[in-house]
Amino acid sequence: MADDLLTIADRTFSSRLIMGTGGAPSLEVLEQALRTSGTELTTVAMRRINPAARGSVLEVLQRCGIGVLPNTAGCFTAGEAVLTARLSREALGTNWVKLEVIADERTLLPDPIELLDAAETLVDDGFVVLPYTNDDPVLARKLEDVGCAAVMPLGSPIGSGLGIRNPHNFQLIVERANVPVILDAGAGTASDVALAMELGCAAVMLATAVTRAQEPALMAEAMRKAVEAGRLAHRAGRIPKRFHAEASSPMEGRASFDPEAPAF
Amino acid sequence: MTAAATIRLTVNGEARSLPGGVTLAEVVTGLSAAPSGVAAAVNEAVVPRSQWDATVLADADRVEILTAVQGG
Repeated sequence: MADDLLTIADRTFSSRLIMGTGGAPSLEVLEQALRTSGTELTTVAMRRINPAARGSVLEVLQRCGIGVLPNTAGCFTAGEAVLTARLSREALGTNWVKLEVIADERTLLPDPIELLDAAETLVDDGFVVLPYTNDDPVLARKLEDVGCAAVMPLGSPIGSGLGIRNPHNFQLIVERANVPVILDAGAGTASDVALAMELGCAAVMLATAVTRAQEPALMAEAMRKAVEAGRLAHRAGRIPKRFHAEASSPMEGRASFDPEAPAF
Repeated sequence: MTAAATIRLTVNGEARSLPGGVTLAEVVTGLSAAPSGVAAAVNEAVVPRSQWDATVLADADRVEILTAVQGG
């Protein structure tokens, strides 16, 4: 929406949906899904070059006019993540990085100590750092304090599709943050994304929910609309939740009938 | 003799025997003709593309050559 831009560091985006590229069955399916999603920023991973590879995700992004956001997926230590980020900057000519430092392969949860260490180093090195973090309000605050341009708390484990397990933590993070809060990981379907936006997230990042859906392009459209709907609902200001009903029709001016008549 | 001696490198995790004096640029070109989107590290230090030609590899060097793939 032209009057409601997302600003991260020095860039603005009209789409609040950041896409990943992992899990798509082919580059053709990926391209169709990315186009339908309306995304303007999409992640890639850095891996050893494969001389036999045909086609490239970079060509897809270039063709679609989508900005590339390298990540440090697969890094377990701050050192690995910093080196990977520096390589991505060299390879792709961007100082933006989605910083991931995971603790173990079973949960893929962030290692908060290594993450904070890497974030601080990369910020000092001139990077625009978008860290994948736990849904921990204290850690989110500390990442912001060391200069991260956004914080990207997980709703639930990567690829789990379990949605936002702790909406209250998201509210606490959003309430204190002075940088964009971006749901990262856990979205399974459109309602998860709408909830994130309703809670005040500035954007949503997802991959698996689209790339592994039975119809990726259709789910990409659903996610685009869910982001927009959730954002509008957040801006509109929802009604408070009540324990009891509150009539929406006036009680005044009702006709006076014999409650037993007419018979039916 | 020393210039022609074979050196043993690790390139993307694979042991390689190459002629002494081989440069990083030559090793990268052997794997990829891509003019961009590729970065290289030697022994955990990034070597900018502008220095690949001038970077002569030494015996036991560990070379990593990366590019962007689907992920995240």
